[in-house]
Amino acid sequence: MESAFEYLALQPPGWGGNLLRGLVSTIQIALGAYALGLCLGFLGALGKIHGGPVLRWSLEFYTTLIRAVPELVLILLLYYAGTDLLNAALTGFGFERIEINGLWAGIYVIGLVQGAYSTEVFRGAINAVSHQQIEAAKAIGMSWSQIYRRITIPLMLPFALPGLSNLWLITTKDTALLAVVGFSELALETRQAAGATKEYLLFYLAAGALYLALTLVSTLLFSLFERRLRHGEARLS
Amino acid sequence: MVWDWLPEYAPRFIEGIWLTLQLLSLSIFFGMALAIPIGLVQVTGPRPLAWLARAFCTIIRGTPLLIQLWLIYYGIGSMFPSIPGIRESMLWPILRDAFPYAVVAFSLSVAGYEGEVMRGAFKGVAKGELEAARAIGMTPFQVLRRVWLPRALQNVFPTLAGEFILTLKATPLAATITVYEVYGIGAIVRQETYRIYEPLLFVAGIYIFITLCLVLFFRFLETRRRAPAP
Repeated sequence: MESAFEYLALQPPGWGGNLLRGLVSTIQIALGAYALGLCLGFLGALGKIHGGPVLRWSLEFYTTLIRAVPELVLILLLYYAGTDLLNAALTGFGFERIEINGLWAGIYVIGLVQGAYSTEVFRGAINAVSHQQIEAAKAIGMSWSQIYRRITIPLMLPFALPGLSNLWLITTKDTALLAVVGFSELALETRQAAGATKEYLLFYLAAGALYLALTLVSTLLFSLFERRLRHGEARLS
Repeated sequence: MVWDWLPEYAPRFIEGIWLTLQLLSLSIFFGMALAIPIGLVQVTGPRPLAWLARAFCTIIRGTPLLIQLWLIYYGIGSMFPSIPGIRESMLWPILRDAFPYAVVAFSLSVAGYEGEVMRGAFKGVAKGELEAARAIGMTPFQVLRRVWLPRALQNVFPTLAGEFILTLKATPLAATITVYEVYGIGAIVRQETYRIYEPLLFVAGIYIFITLCLVLFFRFLETRRRAPAP
Protein backbone atom coordinates (compact mmCIF):
# COMPACT_ATOMS: atom_id res chain seq x y z
CA MET A 1 0.00 0.00 0.00
CA GLU A 2 2.96 2.22 0.73
CA SER A 3 4.09 2.11 -2.88
CA ALA A 4 0.67 3.35 -4.06
CA PHE A 5 1.23 6.57 -2.14
CA GLU A 6 4.71 6.87 -3.58
CA TYR A 7 3.39 6.50 -7.12
CA LEU A 8 0.68 9.08 -6.50
CA ALA A 9 2.96 11.55 -4.69
CA LEU A 10 2.66 15.11 -5.96
CA GLN A 11 6.41 15.58 -6.47
CA PRO A 12 8.37 13.57 -9.04
CA PRO A 13 9.13 10.63 -9.04
CA GLY A 14 5.44 10.44 -8.03
CA TRP A 15 2.90 11.10 -10.76
CA GLY A 16 0.20 12.82 -8.70
CA GLY A 17 1.28 16.27 -9.88
CA ASN A 18 0.94 15.20 -13.51
CA LEU A 19 -2.54 13.85 -12.88
CA LEU A 20 -3.62 17.07 -11.19
CA ARG A 21 -2.19 19.15 -14.03
CA GLY A 22 -4.14 16.92 -16.39
CA LEU A 23 -7.28 17.50 -14.35
CA VAL A 24 -6.76 21.25 -14.55
CA SER A 25 -6.43 21.19 -18.35
CA THR A 26 -9.43 18.87 -18.55
CA ILE A 27 -11.46 21.43 -16.60
CA GLN A 28 -10.13 24.30 -18.72
CA ILE A 29 -10.97 22.54 -21.99
CA ALA A 30 -14.38 21.51 -20.66
CA LEU A 31 -15.24 25.04 -19.48
CA GLY A 32 -14.13 26.63 -22.74
CA ALA A 33 -15.87 24.06 -24.88
CA TYR A 34 -19.05 24.29 -22.82
CA ALA A 35 -19.12 28.09 -23.11
CA LEU A 36 -18.55 27.90 -26.87
CA GLY A 37 -21.20 25.18 -27.13
CA LEU A 38 -23.71 27.29 -25.20
CA CYS A 39 -23.16 30.31 -27.46
CA LEU A 40 -23.46 28.21 -30.61
CA GLY A 41 -26.45 26.40 -29.19
CA PHE A 42 -28.31 29.57 -28.25
CA LEU A 43 -27.65 31.17 -31.63
CA GLY A 44 -28.56 27.91 -33.32
CA ALA A 45 -31.83 27.72 -31.43
CA LEU A 46 -32.67 31.32 -32.35
CA GLY A 47 -31.87 30.49 -35.97
CA LYS A 48 -34.00 27.37 -35.92
CA ILE A 49 -36.96 29.22 -34.42
CA HIS A 50 -36.83 32.59 -36.21
CA GLY A 51 -34.63 31.93 -39.25
CA GLY A 52 -35.61 31.61 -42.89
CA PRO A 53 -35.78 28.27 -44.69
CA VAL A 54 -32.11 28.24 -45.78
CA LEU A 55 -30.79 28.98 -42.30
CA ARG A 56 -33.18 26.50 -40.70
CA TRP A 57 -32.27 23.82 -43.19
CA SER A 58 -28.54 24.26 -42.71
CA LEU A 59 -28.89 24.24 -38.92
CA GLU A 60 -30.94 21.07 -39.18
CA PHE A 61 -28.14 19.58 -41.26
CA TYR A 62 -25.53 20.61 -38.67
CA THR A 63 -27.37 19.21 -35.66
CA THR A 64 -28.44 15.98 -37.37
CA LEU A 65 -25.03 15.24 -38.82
CA ILE A 66 -23.13 15.96 -35.63
CA ARG A 67 -25.47 13.85 -33.57
CA ALA A 68 -25.29 10.89 -35.98
CA VAL A 69 -21.49 10.56 -36.12
CA PRO A 70 -19.39 9.19 -33.24
CA GLU A 71 -17.61 11.90 -31.23
CA LEU A 72 -14.21 10.32 -31.80
CA VAL A 73 -14.58 10.52 -35.60
CA LEU A 74 -15.88 14.09 -35.34
CA ILE A 75 -13.02 15.17 -33.12
CA LEU A 76 -10.45 13.92 -35.62
CA LEU A 77 -12.30 15.37 -38.61
CA LEU A 78 -12.83 18.77 -37.01
CA TYR A 79 -9.27 18.90 -35.73
CA TYR A 80 -7.69 18.22 -39.13
CA ALA A 81 -10.23 20.29 -41.06
CA GLY A 82 -9.89 23.19 -38.62
CA THR A 83 -6.09 23.33 -38.72
CA ASP A 84 -6.05 22.93 -42.52
CA LEU A 85 -8.60 25.69 -43.05
CA LEU A 86 -6.85 28.02 -40.64
CA ASN A 87 -3.48 27.42 -42.25
CA ALA A 88 -4.92 27.81 -45.75
CA ALA A 89 -6.36 31.15 -44.67
CA LEU A 90 -3.07 32.21 -43.04
CA THR A 91 -0.90 31.29 -46.02
CA GLY A 92 -3.49 32.92 -48.28
CA PHE A 93 -2.93 36.18 -46.41
CA GLY A 94 0.82 35.69 -46.46
CA PHE A 95 1.38 34.57 -42.88
CA GLU A 96 3.38 31.59 -41.61
CA ARG A 97 1.70 28.24 -40.97
CA ILE A 98 1.03 27.64 -37.30
CA GLU A 99 0.44 24.65 -35.07
CA ILE A 100 -2.74 25.09 -33.06
CA ASN A 101 -2.19 24.75 -29.34
CA GLY A 102 -3.87 21.68 -27.84
CA LEU A 103 -6.02 23.65 -25.41
CA TRP A 104 -7.63 25.82 -28.09
CA ALA A 105 -8.03 22.97 -30.54
CA GLY A 106 -9.74 20.89 -27.86
CA ILE A 107 -12.05 23.75 -26.92
CA TYR A 108 -13.01 24.44 -30.51
CA VAL A 109 -13.52 20.79 -31.46
CA ILE A 110 -15.63 19.80 -28.44
CA GLY A 111 -17.42 23.16 -28.48
CA LEU A 112 -18.62 22.60 -32.06
CA VAL A 113 -19.93 19.15 -31.09
CA GLN A 114 -21.62 20.47 -27.96
CA GLY A 115 -23.17 23.30 -29.96
CA ALA A 116 -25.28 20.81 -31.90
CA TYR A 117 -26.59 19.17 -28.76
CA SER A 118 -27.28 22.40 -26.91
CA THR A 119 -29.11 23.82 -29.94
CA GLU A 120 -31.74 21.15 -29.40
CA VAL A 121 -31.87 21.74 -25.64
CA PHE A 122 -32.37 25.50 -26.08
CA ARG A 123 -34.87 25.06 -28.90
CA GLY A 124 -37.02 22.81 -26.74
CA ALA A 125 -36.76 25.15 -23.76
CA ILE A 126 -37.57 28.31 -25.73
CA ASN A 127 -40.56 26.61 -27.32
CA ALA A 128 -41.76 25.56 -23.88
CA VAL A 129 -42.19 29.19 -22.76
CA SER A 130 -45.89 30.00 -22.87
CA HIS A 131 -47.02 32.06 -25.84
CA GLN A 132 -49.19 34.28 -23.72
CA GLN A 133 -46.19 35.59 -21.85
CA ILE A 134 -44.55 36.64 -25.12
CA GLU A 135 -47.79 38.18 -26.38
CA ALA A 136 -48.23 40.13 -23.17
CA ALA A 137 -44.67 41.44 -23.49
CA LYS A 138 -45.32 42.46 -27.10
CA ALA A 139 -48.58 44.12 -26.10
CA ILE A 140 -46.85 46.41 -23.64
CA GLY A 141 -44.43 47.41 -26.39
CA MET A 142 -41.21 45.54 -25.57
CA SER A 143 -38.69 45.12 -28.36
CA TRP A 144 -37.43 41.64 -29.34
CA SER A 145 -34.21 42.00 -27.39
CA GLN A 146 -36.14 43.16 -24.33
CA ILE A 147 -38.51 40.24 -24.61
CA TYR A 148 -35.60 37.80 -24.77
CA ARG A 149 -33.72 39.46 -21.95
CA ARG A 150 -36.60 39.96 -19.57
CA ILE A 151 -39.09 37.21 -20.40
CA THR A 152 -37.90 34.35 -22.57
CA ILE A 153 -34.47 33.67 -21.11
CA PRO A 154 -35.46 33.79 -17.43
CA LEU A 155 -38.52 31.65 -18.13
CA MET A 156 -36.81 29.08 -20.31
CA LEU A 157 -33.80 28.48 -18.05
CA PRO A 158 -35.60 26.10 -15.67
CA PHE A 159 -36.66 24.02 -18.70
CA ALA A 160 -33.18 24.06 -20.19
CA LEU A 161 -31.22 23.42 -17.01
CA PRO A 162 -31.60 19.62 -16.70
CA GLY A 163 -30.51 19.22 -20.32
CA LEU A 164 -27.67 21.70 -19.88
CA SER A 165 -26.35 20.03 -16.75
CA ASN A 166 -26.36 16.70 -18.61
CA LEU A 167 -24.43 18.33 -21.43
CA TRP A 168 -21.84 19.65 -18.99
CA LEU A 169 -21.29 16.16 -17.63
CA ILE A 170 -21.01 14.82 -21.18
CA THR A 171 -18.52 17.59 -22.02
CA THR A 172 -16.24 16.73 -19.10
CA LYS A 173 -16.27 13.08 -20.14
CA ASP A 174 -15.82 13.87 -23.84
CA THR A 175 -12.56 15.67 -23.10
CA ALA A 176 -11.10 12.23 -22.37
CA LEU A 177 -11.45 11.45 -26.08
CA LEU A 178 -8.86 14.14 -26.80
CA ALA A 179 -6.28 11.73 -25.39
CA VAL A 180 -6.72 9.64 -28.52
CA VAL A 181 -5.74 12.65 -30.63
CA GLY A 182 -2.80 13.33 -28.33
CA PHE A 183 -3.86 16.43 -26.37
CA SER A 184 -2.48 16.53 -22.90
CA GLU A 185 -5.32 16.21 -20.41
CA LEU A 186 -6.24 13.89 -17.57
CA ALA A 187 -6.75 10.73 -19.65
CA LEU A 188 -3.48 11.12 -21.56
CA GLU A 189 -1.47 12.03 -18.44
CA THR A 190 -2.89 8.93 -16.81
CA ARG A 191 -1.96 6.74 -19.74
CA GLN A 192 1.58 8.09 -19.69
CA ALA A 193 1.91 7.60 -15.94
CA ALA A 194 0.49 4.08 -16.18
CA GLY A 195 2.74 3.20 -19.11
CA ALA A 196 5.84 4.49 -17.38
CA THR A 197 5.25 2.72 -14.07
CA LYS A 198 3.29 -0.33 -15.32
CA GLU A 199 0.83 0.39 -12.48
CA TYR A 200 -2.15 0.39 -14.83
CA LEU A 201 -4.84 -0.48 -12.31
CA LEU A 202 -3.72 2.10 -9.75
CA PHE A 203 -3.53 5.02 -12.15
CA TYR A 204 -6.75 4.30 -14.00
CA LEU A 205 -8.55 3.97 -10.67
CA ALA A 206 -7.04 7.29 -9.58
CA ALA A 207 -8.14 8.98 -12.82
CA GLY A 208 -11.60 7.48 -12.44
CA ALA A 209 -11.80 8.90 -8.92
CA LEU A 210 -10.81 12.37 -10.16
CA TYR A 211 -13.41 12.32 -12.94
CA LEU A 212 -16.02 11.05 -10.48
CA ALA A 213 -15.20 13.86 -8.05
CA LEU A 214 -15.56 16.39 -10.87
CA THR A 215 -18.95 14.92 -11.79
CA LEU A 216 -20.24 14.85 -8.22
CA VAL A 217 -19.18 18.44 -7.50
CA SER A 218 -20.75 19.62 -10.77
CA THR A 219 -23.99 17.80 -10.03
CA LEU A 220 -24.15 19.46 -6.63
CA LEU A 221 -23.53 22.93 -8.09
CA PHE A 222 -26.15 22.44 -10.78
CA SER A 223 -28.77 21.31 -8.28
CA LEU A 224 -28.07 24.37 -6.11
CA PHE A 225 -28.39 26.60 -9.17
CA GLU A 226 -31.63 24.92 -10.21
CA ARG A 227 -33.12 25.39 -6.76
CA ARG A 228 -32.23 29.07 -6.98
CA LEU A 229 -33.80 29.42 -10.41
CA ARG A 230 -36.99 27.72 -9.33
CA HIS A 231 -37.30 29.50 -6.00
CA GLY A 232 -40.55 31.24 -6.90
CA GLU A 233 -42.29 28.25 -8.42
CA ALA A 234 -45.13 26.32 -6.85
CA ARG A 235 -44.14 22.89 -5.55
CA LEU A 236 -45.52 20.13 -7.73
CA SER A 237 -45.52 17.34 -5.16
CA MET B 1 -10.33 13.44 -52.85
CA VAL B 2 -8.73 10.15 -53.78
CA TRP B 3 -10.73 6.97 -53.31
CA ASP B 4 -8.56 4.41 -55.10
CA TRP B 5 -7.75 2.68 -51.79
CA LEU B 6 -11.38 1.75 -51.27
CA PRO B 7 -11.59 -1.53 -53.30
CA GLU B 8 -8.48 -2.87 -51.58
CA TYR B 9 -9.79 -2.20 -48.08
CA ALA B 10 -13.49 -2.92 -48.70
CA PRO B 11 -13.35 -6.51 -47.33
CA ARG B 12 -11.70 -5.27 -44.13
CA PHE B 13 -14.38 -2.62 -43.72
CA ILE B 14 -17.03 -5.32 -44.01
CA GLU B 15 -15.25 -7.29 -41.29
CA GLY B 16 -15.09 -4.08 -39.27
CA ILE B 17 -18.83 -3.47 -39.62
CA TRP B 18 -19.50 -7.05 -38.56
CA LEU B 19 -17.26 -6.59 -35.50
CA THR B 20 -18.98 -3.30 -34.60
CA LEU B 21 -22.40 -4.96 -34.83
CA GLN B 22 -21.23 -7.91 -32.71
CA LEU B 23 -19.78 -5.61 -30.09
CA LEU B 24 -22.96 -3.51 -30.06
CA SER B 25 -25.41 -6.41 -29.82
CA LEU B 26 -23.42 -8.35 -27.20
CA SER B 27 -23.04 -5.21 -25.07
CA ILE B 28 -26.73 -4.41 -25.30
CA PHE B 29 -27.66 -8.01 -24.47
CA PHE B 30 -25.42 -8.38 -21.41
CA GLY B 31 -25.91 -4.75 -20.41
CA MET B 32 -29.71 -5.01 -20.36
CA ALA B 33 -29.49 -8.36 -18.55
CA LEU B 34 -27.70 -6.43 -15.79
CA ALA B 35 -29.70 -3.22 -16.10
CA ILE B 36 -33.06 -4.86 -15.37
CA PRO B 37 -32.07 -6.21 -11.92
CA ILE B 38 -30.14 -3.00 -11.20
CA GLY B 39 -33.25 -0.94 -11.92
CA LEU B 40 -35.49 -3.33 -10.02
CA VAL B 41 -33.54 -3.49 -6.77
CA GLN B 42 -33.48 0.30 -6.62
CA VAL B 43 -37.28 0.30 -6.58
CA THR B 44 -38.15 -2.73 -4.42
CA GLY B 45 -34.90 -4.30 -3.29
CA PRO B 46 -33.47 -4.40 0.22
CA ARG B 47 -31.64 -1.23 1.30
CA PRO B 48 -28.04 -2.46 0.91
CA LEU B 49 -28.68 -3.85 -2.58
CA ALA B 50 -30.45 -0.66 -3.67
CA TRP B 51 -27.56 1.35 -2.29
CA LEU B 52 -25.05 -0.81 -4.13
CA ALA B 53 -26.96 -0.50 -7.42
CA ARG B 54 -27.18 3.26 -7.03
CA ALA B 55 -23.43 3.51 -6.34
CA PHE B 56 -22.71 1.39 -9.41
CA CYS B 57 -24.81 3.67 -11.63
CA THR B 58 -23.19 6.80 -10.21
CA ILE B 59 -19.67 5.49 -10.77
CA ILE B 60 -20.33 4.30 -14.31
CA ARG B 61 -22.13 7.49 -15.26
CA GLY B 62 -19.59 9.71 -13.53
CA THR B 63 -16.43 8.49 -15.29
CA PRO B 64 -15.52 8.50 -18.99
CA LEU B 65 -16.06 5.23 -20.83
CA LEU B 66 -12.53 5.50 -22.19
CA ILE B 67 -11.10 5.32 -18.67
CA GLN B 68 -13.35 2.36 -17.81
CA LEU B 69 -12.22 0.59 -20.97
CA TRP B 70 -8.54 1.17 -20.26
CA LEU B 71 -8.99 0.23 -16.62
CA ILE B 72 -10.51 -3.10 -17.60
CA TYR B 73 -8.17 -3.88 -20.48
CA TYR B 74 -4.83 -2.57 -19.24
CA GLY B 75 -5.53 -2.57 -15.50
CA ILE B 76 -7.34 -5.83 -14.92
CA GLY B 77 -6.09 -7.50 -18.09
CA SER B 78 -2.47 -6.99 -17.10
CA MET B 79 -2.97 -8.89 -13.86
CA PHE B 80 -4.07 -12.16 -15.50
CA PRO B 81 -0.70 -13.25 -16.95
CA SER B 82 0.82 -13.23 -13.45
CA ILE B 83 -1.61 -15.92 -12.26
CA PRO B 84 0.38 -19.17 -12.38
CA GLY B 85 -0.78 -21.76 -14.90
CA ILE B 86 -3.26 -19.46 -16.62
CA ARG B 87 -1.43 -19.54 -19.93
CA GLU B 88 -1.98 -23.29 -20.20
CA SER B 89 -5.66 -23.07 -19.23
CA MET B 90 -8.65 -23.02 -21.58
CA LEU B 91 -9.44 -19.45 -20.57
CA TRP B 92 -6.22 -18.02 -21.95
CA PRO B 93 -7.32 -17.60 -25.61
CA ILE B 94 -10.25 -15.51 -24.31
CA LEU B 95 -8.17 -13.50 -21.83
CA ARG B 96 -5.52 -12.79 -24.42
CA ASP B 97 -7.96 -11.28 -26.91
CA ALA B 98 -9.04 -7.65 -26.55
CA PHE B 99 -12.61 -8.18 -27.78
CA PRO B 100 -13.98 -9.77 -24.56
CA TYR B 101 -12.60 -6.85 -22.53
CA ALA B 102 -14.38 -4.42 -24.83
CA VAL B 103 -17.63 -6.38 -24.42
CA VAL B 104 -17.26 -6.34 -20.63
CA ALA B 105 -16.53 -2.59 -20.52
CA PHE B 106 -19.38 -1.65 -22.87
CA SER B 107 -21.82 -4.01 -21.10
CA LEU B 108 -21.03 -2.42 -17.75
CA SER B 109 -21.52 1.01 -19.28
CA VAL B 110 -24.88 0.01 -20.77
CA ALA B 111 -25.84 -1.52 -17.42
CA GLY B 112 -25.02 1.72 -15.59
CA TYR B 113 -26.91 4.07 -17.89
CA GLU B 114 -29.84 1.77 -18.59
CA GLY B 115 -30.06 0.72 -14.94
CA GLU B 116 -30.99 4.32 -14.23
CA VAL B 117 -33.52 4.32 -17.09
CA MET B 118 -35.02 1.05 -15.85
CA ARG B 119 -35.34 2.42 -12.32
CA GLY B 120 -37.55 5.18 -13.66
CA ALA B 121 -39.38 2.70 -15.86
CA PHE B 122 -40.23 0.32 -13.00
CA LYS B 123 -41.31 3.24 -10.87
CA GLY B 124 -43.51 4.58 -13.64
CA VAL B 125 -45.76 1.54 -13.96
CA ALA B 126 -49.15 2.34 -12.41
CA LYS B 127 -49.65 0.79 -8.97
CA GLY B 128 -53.15 -0.32 -9.92
CA GLU B 129 -51.84 -2.66 -12.59
CA LEU B 130 -49.51 -4.39 -10.14
CA GLU B 131 -52.26 -4.64 -7.53
CA ALA B 132 -54.60 -6.11 -10.11
CA ALA B 133 -52.00 -8.71 -11.06
CA ARG B 134 -51.49 -9.62 -7.40
CA ALA B 135 -55.23 -9.70 -6.79
CA ILE B 136 -55.77 -12.41 -9.38
CA GLY B 137 -53.21 -14.52 -7.56
CA MET B 138 -49.97 -14.09 -9.51
CA THR B 139 -46.78 -14.87 -7.62
CA PRO B 140 -44.34 -11.94 -7.34
CA PHE B 141 -42.24 -13.47 -10.10
CA GLN B 142 -45.25 -13.80 -12.37
CA VAL B 143 -46.19 -10.18 -11.69
CA LEU B 144 -42.69 -9.17 -12.73
CA ARG B 145 -42.57 -11.33 -15.85
CA ARG B 146 -46.08 -10.78 -17.16
CA VAL B 147 -46.95 -7.25 -16.06
CA TRP B 148 -44.25 -5.17 -14.45
CA LEU B 149 -41.33 -5.76 -16.81
CA PRO B 150 -43.31 -5.66 -20.09
CA ARG B 151 -45.11 -2.47 -19.05
CA ALA B 152 -41.87 -0.85 -17.91
CA LEU B 153 -40.04 -1.71 -21.13
CA GLN B 154 -42.97 -0.50 -23.20
CA ASN B 155 -42.89 2.89 -21.50
CA VAL B 156 -39.19 3.56 -21.96
CA PHE B 157 -38.64 1.88 -25.30
CA PRO B 158 -37.96 5.15 -27.19
CA THR B 159 -35.49 6.23 -24.50
CA LEU B 160 -33.70 2.89 -24.68
CA ALA B 161 -33.56 3.07 -28.48
CA GLY B 162 -31.86 6.46 -28.20
CA GLU B 163 -29.43 5.11 -25.63
CA PHE B 164 -28.51 2.15 -27.82
CA ILE B 165 -27.62 4.54 -30.62
CA LEU B 166 -25.37 6.39 -28.16
CA THR B 167 -23.75 3.02 -27.44
CA LEU B 168 -23.13 2.53 -31.16
CA LYS B 169 -21.42 5.91 -31.23
CA ALA B 170 -19.21 4.87 -28.32
CA THR B 171 -17.97 1.66 -30.00
CA PRO B 172 -15.06 3.39 -31.84
CA LEU B 173 -13.36 3.64 -28.44
CA ALA B 174 -12.72 -0.09 -28.71
CA ALA B 175 -10.15 0.69 -31.41
CA THR B 176 -7.92 2.17 -28.68
CA ILE B 177 -7.53 -1.33 -27.21
CA THR B 178 -6.79 -2.97 -30.59
CA VAL B 179 -10.31 -4.10 -31.42
CA TYR B 180 -10.32 -3.19 -35.10
CA GLU B 181 -13.94 -2.35 -35.77
CA VAL B 182 -15.05 0.17 -38.43
CA TYR B 183 -13.20 3.13 -36.92
CA GLY B 184 -10.09 1.01 -36.31
CA ILE B 185 -10.02 -0.07 -39.95
CA GLY B 186 -10.35 3.59 -40.94
CA ALA B 187 -7.35 4.39 -38.73
CA ILE B 188 -5.34 1.62 -40.43
CA VAL B 189 -6.21 3.06 -43.85
CA ARG B 190 -5.14 6.47 -42.60
CA GLN B 191 -1.77 5.17 -41.50
CA GLU B 192 -1.11 3.11 -44.61
CA THR B 193 -2.27 5.57 -47.29
CA TYR B 194 -1.45 8.89 -45.55
CA ARG B 195 -4.94 10.12 -46.48
CA ILE B 196 -6.67 12.01 -43.68
CA TYR B 197 -10.12 13.01 -44.81
CA GLU B 198 -11.30 10.21 -47.11
CA PRO B 199 -11.12 7.35 -44.57
CA LEU B 200 -12.62 9.51 -41.81
CA LEU B 201 -15.48 10.67 -44.03
CA PHE B 202 -16.06 7.12 -45.21
CA VAL B 203 -16.18 5.89 -41.59
CA ALA B 204 -18.55 8.73 -40.66
CA GLY B 205 -20.78 7.70 -43.57
CA ILE B 206 -20.83 4.09 -42.37
CA TYR B 207 -21.87 5.19 -38.87
CA ILE B 208 -24.63 7.41 -40.25
CA PHE B 209 -25.85 4.46 -42.30
CA ILE B 210 -25.82 2.07 -39.31
CA THR B 211 -27.58 4.70 -37.18
CA LEU B 212 -30.29 5.06 -39.83
CA CYS B 213 -30.79 1.29 -40.02
CA LEU B 214 -31.03 1.09 -36.21
CA VAL B 215 -33.52 3.96 -36.06
CA LEU B 216 -35.72 2.22 -38.62
CA PHE B 217 -35.33 -1.14 -36.84
CA PHE B 218 -36.30 0.31 -33.46
CA ARG B 219 -39.23 2.16 -35.00
CA PHE B 220 -40.40 -1.12 -36.52
CA LEU B 221 -40.12 -2.87 -33.13
CA GLU B 222 -41.98 -0.03 -31.44
CA THR B 223 -44.95 -0.11 -33.81
CA ARG B 224 -45.06 -3.90 -33.60
CA ARG B 225 -45.12 -4.11 -29.84
CA ARG B 226 -47.47 -1.22 -29.21
CA ALA B 227 -50.42 -2.40 -27.16
CA PRO B 228 -53.67 -2.76 -29.14
CA ALA B 229 -56.12 0.04 -28.53
CA PRO B 230 -58.67 -0.86 -25.85
